[in-house]
Parts: sequence; C-alpha cells; structure tokens
Amino acid sequence: MSDIEDPLHAVEGTGTPPIIAPGHTFGSVTDKISAIVLTRRTPLGWYAGFGAAFLLALLLFVSLSYLVMKGIGIWGNNIPIGWAFDITNFVWWIGIGHAGTLISAILLLLKQTWRTSINRFAEAMTLFAVACAGIFPLFHTGRPWLAYWLLPYPNTMSIWPQFRSPLIWDVFAVSTYATVSLLFWFVGLIPDLATLRDRSQSRVGRVMYGMLAMGWRGSAHHWHRYETAYLLLAGLATPLVVSVHTVVSLDFAVSILPGWHTTIFPPYFVAGAIYSGFAMVLTLAIPIRAVYKLEDFITMRHLQNMAKVMLVTGLIVAYGYMTEAFIAWYSADKYEGFVPLNRLTGPYAYAYWLLIFCNVAVPQLLWLKQVRTNVVVLFVISLVVNVGMWLERFVIIVTSLHRDFLTSSWGMYQPTFWDWSTLLGTIGLFLSLLFLFLRFLPMISIFEMRTILPEAKVTE
Amino acid sequence: MKSSVIYGLMAEFDDPSSLVAAAERAHREGYRCMDAYSPFPIEELHEALGSRHTRLPLIVLIGGLCGCIGGYSLQYWSSVIAYPLNIGGKPLHSWPAFIPVTFECTILVAALSAVLGMLALNRLPQPYHAVFNVPRFALASRNRFFLCIESIDPKFDLERTREFLGTLGPKEVSTVAD
Repeated sequence: MSDIEDPLHAVEGTGTPPIIAPGHTFGSVTDKISAIVLTRRTPLGWYAGFGAAFLLALLLFVSLSYLVMKGIGIWGNNIPIGWAFDITNFVWWIGIGHAGTLISAILLLLKQTWRTSINRFAEAMTLFAVACAGIFPLFHTGRPWLAYWLLPYPNTMSIWPQFRSPLIWDVFAVSTYATVSLLFWFVGLIPDLATLRDRSQSRVGRVMYGMLAMGWRGSAHHWHRYETAYLLLAGLATPLVVSVHTVVSLDFAVSILPGWHTTIFPPYFVAGAIYSGFAMVLTLAIPIRAVYKLEDFITMRHLQNMAKVMLVTGLIVAYGYMTEAFIAWYSADKYEGFVPLNRLTGPYAYAYWLLIFCNVAVPQLLWLKQVRTNVVVLFVISLVVNVGMWLERFVIIVTSLHRDFLTSSWGMYQPTFWDWSTLLGTIGLFLSLLFLFLRFLPMISIFEMRTILPEAKVTE
Repeated sequence: MKSSVIYGLMAEFDDPSSLVAAAERAHREGYRCMDAYSPFPIEELHEALGSRHTRLPLIVLIGGLCGCIGGYSLQYWSSVIAYPLNIGGKPLHSWPAFIPVTFECTILVAALSAVLGMLALNRLPQPYHAVFNVPRFALASRNRFFLCIESIDPKFDLERTREFLGTLGPKEVSTVAD
C-alpha cells in the first residue's frame, strides 16, 4: 500500500475515460504527487526550461530598467495610439488568469469533480498571469514609483482618486482579484503543505513546509471550518472573476471612441478571458502531464472537457465579433460603421484576418472527437488560440485608436524592440514562476485527490 | 493522577468508515473532549463528534457588509465632501459610478474575513501541538485516521479509556504525551 505504484494507463472504456486511473489508494496518490517535490530527481528538462524562461525574465528586468531610465518613449505608442502593446498585454494576461478562478471556484460550486486534478496549477497560473498583467499599467503610468497615488489615502496634497473613472475601478478590481486569488490558492495549499511537512526527509523541507502549513493537523473541527471557508471563497470568487473582466472591458466601453463604445463588451470580454485561459491551461497541462507522467491524474477526460469549454467560449467570442460588426452597421453612425470596414480592409487587416483564423476558424476542429482526443493537435490548437486572443486585444485597441473622428488625428503604430522585449519578458517571468511552483509545491491538490477515490466514501 | 503529563489517548484506524463509527460510539459513550484527524475532509465526522455549526458564515457576512459600507462611504466622502470636482456635469454623488468599487471592497473584505476567520477559529498558526508527539501521527496527512480522547475530558480514565478504545477495532492505541 505504501509503495509507489506504476502509473496505470487510463482505461479507454466504452464511454468517457475516468477522471483518475483505477487502482490508486490514499497512499499511492499522496506518494506520487509529493514525490515530484520531495524525492524524485528534478528532470533535466526542468533545468533547461527554467534556464530559458529565466533568461527571458532577465530580458524583462532589462527592458523595465531601461524604461524607467528613458521613459515610455522607448515604446512605440504615441498619440493617437496612446494604448498599444502595454494594454493589449495587460488584458491578455488578465484574461489568461480567469480560467484558473473559473476552474477552482465555479466548477467547485457546480460540483464538477474532474476539476480536482487541474485546479491547483490553474490557480497558480492565475496568480502568475495577474502578476505579469500588473506590470503593464504600472509601468505605463511612466512614473511607477508614484503608483500608490492610485490608492485612496489621506495625503499632504489633499487630493483623492477620481472614483467615476473606470481606470480607478480597474485598480480596485485587479488588486482585489490578485489578493483573493492568492488567498484561495494558499488556503487550498495548507493541507498539502502539512503532507509535505510530514513526508519531507530534509530538515530544511520540514521547517519550511512546517511554517507554511501553520500547524495544520487535519482535525475534524478544522476541516469543517476549512470546507466552509473554501466554499465561501469560491462563492465570492465567482462574481469577482466576472466583475474583473467586466471592469477591464469598461475601460474601453465607457469611452466614446468608435469600436470601444459598445454594450457587448462586458460579456464578450468575460467569454474571451475564459477562452484564452482554458487555452493556456491546455498549453501548460499537456507538456506537464507528459513530462511528470501524470496521465493517471490528468486524464483524457480532463483534456476533452477543457477542449469543450474552449469550443463553447470560442463560439461566444465569435458571436461577439459578429454582433460588434452588426451593431456598427445597424447604428447608422458613420464613424461606428467605418470601424469594421477599417478592420476588414484597413492597414491592420492582416491582424484582423489572422485573429479570425486563430479564434474562429481553427477551433471549429474541436467539434471532432478525433481532434479532442489527440493530445498533439489539442496542444497546437491551444497555442493558436493564445495567439488569437492576443491579436483580438491588439485589434480592438490599435485599430480603434488609429482612426477616430478626425482624419487629421489619424496615425499608425509600429511596435519597437522594447515593446516586443517586454512582452517576451513577461512570458519569461510567467514561465519562471511556473517552473519554481512545479519544483517546490504540489502541482495537484493531494487532499482533494484523496476525496475522489472510491475508498473515501463512508459506509455505515 | 497522570493526566497532567499526558494529553490523551489516540486510536489509529485504516479507513474513514471505521473512524466515523468510532467517533459516534465514543460520543454515545459520553466522551466530549475529543478530536478526530483525517487526511481529507469527511463530512460525517464532524457530526459524529457531536459538534455544532461554525460561526464562520456570520463572520464573512459581517466582513462583507463592512467592506460594502466602508467602500461606498469612502467614495461618498472623498467625492462629495473632501474633494468635490465637477466631472462632465455629473452630480457629486454619482452613485452608479460608485458601484464597481463598492462591489470589489465587499468581496475583498469578505474574502479576507473568510480566511482570517477560519484560521482564527482553528487557532492557527499553532507551532506546537501535543498530537505531533505520536510518531505515527505523521500518517494523518497521508492515509491514516486517528481518534484522540483528551485527558481533560471528565470521563477520561487512562485504563478504562484505553480499554474502550481497544473495543473500537483500532490498528493501534497510543498515549499522547503533552
């Protein structure tokens, strides 16, 4: 019972594959997941991956240092395109984070037990994505050392933030989201940290995990309050995640700019966020389960379910594109009507068609079961959708800004080296944090995996 | 009396059903100061021990209300009283614009009260606890289930309680040093 069992291959039965391969026990689940952190040799690929990611993260530090020295003039954005890569990247990263909260909170409330083996690293993904997202508006202020002016606090200048502005709503929404995501993730980790504390062979491990576990001992009274707190947090995180991307979309929709000033934005942004987030979960889950041999826990059932969520949210996003164009025409406003025409045929038409190809055309392959069960194809589709969702934000931001009401204020935007290096740098930071997480914390929730085993059922 | 140096007696079980059955029997026997330890939450266990509901939801409700009222008041006070500014002819008290921040403050304070409330009610962080003196207790976070009857229980008697625990079919009964 205490030995680590050979990974059994998920049985492809007559119906859907199981959410956990048969033959596992409390002991084997615990050992298999904790061994990745505690005893198994760190794969060479980890060093290679972390090294590469960290090099990119260093590029971020260089880019941001240079930005602070020179000012945001090193980026390509300038009037009339005052928002470009920075806000595109901000919205993209925030959106990616949304799938983590959706998987951990909404699927928990809907009693979708298959979420159990993917929620932990999806939540970690949320945290790291929000950290990357926060960098952009912070540095776009130009004077990041004065960013605390965004917070309401009594100051000698006797001024207060402007609460009628969506940009201030954004500060509150994103910082609340980051805090609640961190709490949710940490609360979920406490019992597993106790497991690592009890199983660690090294003194350093026992002390570190012991301090983080805060003396958790699995008492029935504790579990009862723990479950209550976890459920309440899920209930709070669910409206929160919807509100965050709604507020992000209001940054645009509250303005009067053609192409931004539409009421479809909040639901369309939320669907897009979940879409890109699930794409990112697949992008991460597919290599992780292969490298760490976790096919027992992250089965084809998980991948197929995520593919289905992507298909549905992708269709909602496609509907959003159509509504945007239809309402622009139906409004009979010539400035609104010009926006879709300019997107389809203007100087940035290549970005728009690429976006349609990535977000609308390619994901239709997910209707086919052969595609949903093919790991390699799924991985490629998830990458395509990630690119597509980035392009979507780019198109919304840049094409709307570069042609507004007056032809005299039309312009073009070209990204500079520093625009690209900052984007790549945040990808590096994201992956570096993810590699550290995989190495030092259990990437699958051990205690929740125990609860889905058949032997966890209490029989009278 | 030896009970000053021992924390209690601990029985070890193999599966959740035996633990729940044991907790029920101990409760029926009249033991009140006891706790059960498991590697994952077991819904039935809490009731088997005869515990009441937790006050946590009330704490979270109060926290959420504080966040809601605090967030709205902050905006009202700063926009109407401390720093009134005419923005596009909107009234100073433009309440629809204050809803998003009020909402975020509600969630933030409610979530903080859920986590901090849970930790406080559970008396965590707790660097030392007697149950960890039993070496086999390390398995409580893996695959073993424990029932501990504490020596402060009025019915506790080292010999008789040990005998009683023996009748519950445990793998092992150990004395927990304090």
